[in-house]
Amino acid sequence: MRNYGATQAVPEFEGPAFTPLTKPLSEARVAIVTSAALHRPDQERYTQTDTRFRAFDRDDRDLIMGHWSPNFDHTGFQLDLNVVYPIDRLRELAADGVIGDAAPRHFAFAGNQPETVSELRLDTGPACALELVADAVDVVLLTPV
Amino acid sequence: MSTLAHVFEAAGLSTIVLASMREVAEKMQPPRALFCDFPLGRPLGRPSDAAFQRGVLEQAFGLLTASAPVLGRHPETIESEEMPIACAIPPRENPSLPPAVDEAKALRNAYDRALQRRGVTSVGRAIDADQVPDALGVFDSWAAGASWKEVPLPGKNTVAVSHDIRAYYSEAALELATGPEPGGRAVEAWFHTETEAGKTVMAARAALQAQEAPFPFWFYMAPAHR
Repeated sequence: MRNYGATQAVPEFEGPAFTPLTKPLSEARVAIVTSAALHRPDQERYTQTDTRFRAFDRDDRDLIMGHWSPNFDHTGFQLDLNVVYPIDRLRELAADGVIGDAAPRHFAFAGNQPETVSELRLDTGPACALELVADAVDVVLLTPV
Repeated sequence: MSTLAHVFEAAGLSTIVLASMREVAEKMQPPRALFCDFPLGRPLGRPSDAAFQRGVLEQAFGLLTASAPVLGRHPETIESEEMPIACAIPPRENPSLPPAVDEAKALRNAYDRALQRRGVTSVGRAIDADQVPDALGVFDSWAAGASWKEVPLPGKNTVAVSHDIRAYYSEAALELATGPEPGGRAVEAWFHTETEAGKTVMAARAALQAQEAPFPFWFYMAPAHR
């Protein structure tokens, strides 16, 4: 799978934005955004070509991995959701004063996106960014599967 | 993930990607990425190892001090475990059924215990647990020569049904397995090499290909390398 991934064409970004963190990490609010297609049981399942995201509360733990690809391990998540979505670790780092706090909401997309990722770049990605900004998030940790 | 990193940075957020594919991260140049050579599907490396996971996060957050784009690397490599888990399947009950159907029924108690313990299940994309034996029965009939167009599959979508069968088996297997917590691919290896269901899914997949079903109908029923 890695060998295959290395050969794939990817979108290239010229002159990418770079946003430095302007406050100490110990005061920063951190959110997780994962491409593992996580969702709560009561949320709509992901379709095979889903470009939308799902939001969940930092207290939610009854999450399902709705990713369609059979090409990666799903059992790590079954054993411990933190191996994909390290929410308990964020809460501990907040309790220890390493980060400011874990954001009230966290987000998931499906990793299997259309090749051009146009929707992600121009529609659902910016929409998710607005939600994160509305929650006063400073740092986003992106976890793939 | 790197695409989202660029979108989020443009919106004024500082991002860090836990990158699982180094070449992709090098090409896409997300502002901050930590390459972690861990099994795909386990971006934090080790389940049930809070200290290890915390170490990954501390390294990732350490990248925030860089004043320009940075691609770091976690020092450890974790290989995928290709050896099947040790998991004894409960004895069959009805030898007159196709082996995979009987096997799936015999795993039901273990699946139910897993569901009770975890509170959620990944089964349900196309079929529920009650339909797993029926779906395997249809796969078995396709493998024996029945036409996929004439013998309908519960849940219809072959890829989603295969996912649900795999999820049912892996959730049950984690209840029954002995030994250390399984590494990446250990349960997949067990499903494909040691269960009747694994063989039946592969046989149905081959039958669909032989019957010239559309490529996406059969190809994604199993990992590409199987």
